[in-house]
Amino acid sequence: MPDNKLPRHIRAYGDRIDGSVQMSFSLPMPASEHAKEVAKHYAEAHGLDHVLVASMERASDDFSFFVVYGKSKHTVSPGEIKVPDVHIPTWSPKEIDEHIKTKLKRRIVIVGACTGFDAHTVGIDAIINIKGAAGDKGLESYAWIAAYNLGAQVDNPSLLAKARDLKADAVLVSQIITQRDIHKENAQELILLAQKQNLRHMKFILGGPRIDNLLAQQLGYDAGFGSGTKPSDVAAYILDVLLKEQGNHQ
Amino acid sequence: MNLLPIRPSDVEDCRHSAASIADAMQKFINQHSTVSIERTILLFYGVAGANADGIPLINLCVEQCVNANIINQGVAYQIAQHIKAGSCSPQESAEKIGYGGEIIPITITPQEAIDILKPFTKQAMEKIDSSCHQRTTTMEGFESHEQKRFGPLKYVIVATGNIHDDAVQAQAAAQSGADIIAVIRSTAQSLLDYVPIGATTEGFGGTWATQENFRIVRAALDIEQEKQGRYLHLVNYSSGLCMAEIAYMAAIERLDMLLNDAMYGILFRDINPRRTLLDQYVSRRIIARANMVINTGEDNYLTTADAIDAAHTVIVSHFINEAFATQAGLQKNQMGLGHAFEIDKNIEDSFLFEIAQAQLVRQLFPDHPIKWMPSTKHKTGDIFWSHRVDGMFDLIGIMTGQSIELLGMMTEAIHTPFLHDRFIALKSADYIFKTARHLGDEISWKPEGIVVKRAQNVLTDAKTLLQEIEQTGFFSAIAKGSFGDVCRTETGGKGADGVFERHESYVNPILDELETNA
Ligand code: B12
Repeated sequence: MPDNKLPRHIRAYGDRIDGSVQMSFSLPMPASEHAKEVAKHYAEAHGLDHVLVASMERASDDFSFFVVYGKSKHTVSPGEIKVPDVHIPTWSPKEIDEHIKTKLKRRIVIVGACTGFDAHTVGIDAIINIKGAAGDKGLESYAWIAAYNLGAQVDNPSLLAKARDLKADAVLVSQIITQRDIHKENAQELILLAQKQNLRHMKFILGGPRIDNLLAQQLGYDAGFGSGTKPSDVAAYILDVLLKEQGNHQ
Repeated sequence: MNLLPIRPSDVEDCRHSAASIADAMQKFINQHSTVSIERTILLFYGVAGANADGIPLINLCVEQCVNANIINQGVAYQIAQHIKAGSCSPQESAEKIGYGGEIIPITITPQEAIDILKPFTKQAMEKIDSSCHQRTTTMEGFESHEQKRFGPLKYVIVATGNIHDDAVQAQAAAQSGADIIAVIRSTAQSLLDYVPIGATTEGFGGTWATQENFRIVRAALDIEQEKQGRYLHLVNYSSGLCMAEIAYMAAIERLDMLLNDAMYGILFRDINPRRTLLDQYVSRRIIARANMVINTGEDNYLTTADAIDAAHTVIVSHFINEAFATQAGLQKNQMGLGHAFEIDKNIEDSFLFEIAQAQLVRQLFPDHPIKWMPSTKHKTGDIFWSHRVDGMFDLIGIMTGQSIELLGMMTEAIHTPFLHDRFIALKSADYIFKTARHLGDEISWKPEGIVVKRAQNVLTDAKTLLQEIEQTGFFSAIAKGSFGDVCRTETGGKGADGVFERHESYVNPILDELETNA
């Protein structure tokens, strides 16, 4: 059902609602008047009118670089676009601890790692380690969360083995390198393996700068978190789903 | 450029502590070897080839020696014994050992082994020396251009994953003004305990470092530099589990610089500390012999630790890297110590702190080709903002007289650089270097000002930490998380089982040669 409260047929806003967009790209041909015209056609092929090739630069002997402005013909209606939002209750870290204690009445166990050959630890550390992110303390700082950070370059079987041993409620996976979709393959394999090992009842959460909730769900995860995620968001999300499962959520 | 007022005695104290830290480790280094070092010796002796599964013969051969418990005598010993028994070359011996599993009992003395290998050792040294000679004479041929250029050498990265695209992009970068091209390695290569063979087209976040890949890009740059009449430098990575092997391949293929750090692998890839120390030593011996330049990785510390709080650890690491490099026979002009513009951009006056650090490093290491690295961690997907950050960075680069500058990319937080990302960065750096060429000469420091105070504090903290490490030792400093907030234990990490103690009869004529070269 389209959401009728949202505006319909919007376009990019430049000086007014005029569909102004800027594109920049290289073409595999030397800079020349001919190349400039090719660039213009290339922009038009993307639905731009009134194309202005604002700049043509010689990027090298065989490549030319362009900055192009134009008016896009296309429109979109926000109401027709669905985003699977992650539901994050607005609880403070203190409230989260309190709710775990009084409502869930047991500690939450989480295990996290940056998996595969990915050696980027800063993101998962920001979520789990006490230090946290942007002033928001990591999951380790919660009295009612037992958080285990396995670090980076962790292979999927080791992560699942640890999750099983600790009877984890949630498995946190970080994937930072995305060139040629390496993150998708590896992240998906973990879910397949979890299913095989009958561990899919745990919550699986994927994070990283190029991850969003939609992508995470497509890869079989319960939720996905992208750039700027705060640890308290993750804690609130996990608590919320666990409470819902327990059935005493209000 | 006016110098910051820092106490020369502080600098001397730092160097003194670092030298004693490295000295203490050298004893350990001289008594041990690794599988990677032994494989490198076979490379020197010209051993080539692989089995049907693509596993290099040098790996098979060293593995056989490990399994037979004779690796502690050095792989060269067994090779010599095979020659004694009738093999006509190290290659033939290695094939018997590696493919055939033929380990034969040692009957010759170490000295006899060295004598048997003498002609091959001589040949091996001639080969690396002739590559080095070819490279340096080519470079000298372009000297007239060198006299005209000014400002830091402009260094850019290519990382398409496909070596043939890398070659195209390396040429394109040179055509838009780059002086130095680094091909960065694929994700996962640092943990491979062998170097793949042949040209590769499938890498992630970089391209596999192989000898053939080195050759392909060097050939592309050879053509380009003839066209342009100026020398183009090529860089790759001698790090991970195959530091020494890669250093050798790079020397043969005429690379100019190698990322090579005494601690990077330990901290950022969880490689065993002992393994890294040993491998860095031999790799640096090779780099010294071939007259290449190392690039150290201190910039990385500031991605896992806070760049304000941990600024002194960068300086500490510079002194330690310098001391280890000196022990491996490197000259100052071969030590490209790395540091970075990595303070959180939301912090007031952080630009002044960055100036302080850049100028401090310049002053502490005046004869070193220091490498100034851009902001990375605090870049965002807002490429327009990120591009402005790079402009501020370029300004410090020219103002403080950095030797090498790795240009910042506006798309740093998004992808490995595209062709036009490099073009834009080069064009902007040219603008800033040219218009601010003599800015540094105009500056004198306010004695009680923010910059001077900051530099002095960082140096004092560095001195204190160095003295502490001198007391506790290198391994325990790493275990305590002194660098990059990362803790690693002496016996933990990957590749630990590839380390062994040398037997008293250990034979390694190649290392002997590299060590007498100093
Ligand atoms: C620091 C860094 C490094 C350091 C990592 C140090 C360490 N121990 O982590 C070092 C130098 C080792 C490194 C190495 C490499 N890197 Co790097 N690196 C970066 C850099 C500069 C910053 C990343 C970072 O720390 N961000 C800060 C953190 C806090 O942000 P974050 O990771 O996004 O995390 C937040 C959210 O995403 C989220 N989140 C993240 N994970 C998770 C998990 C869960 C469960 C949840 C809920 C949330 C969550 O929450 C976090 C807090 O808000 C980025 C560029 C950039 N500016 O992004 C490149 C970058 C990620 N690296 C890159 C590459 C290519 C590499 C190398 C492959 C280079 C090479 N060829 O050697 C190697 C990879 C080695 C390996 N095996 O992985 C590329 C990736 C390109 C791509 N799209 O694929 C980037 C984008 C740089 C570039 N433009 O080329 N890198």
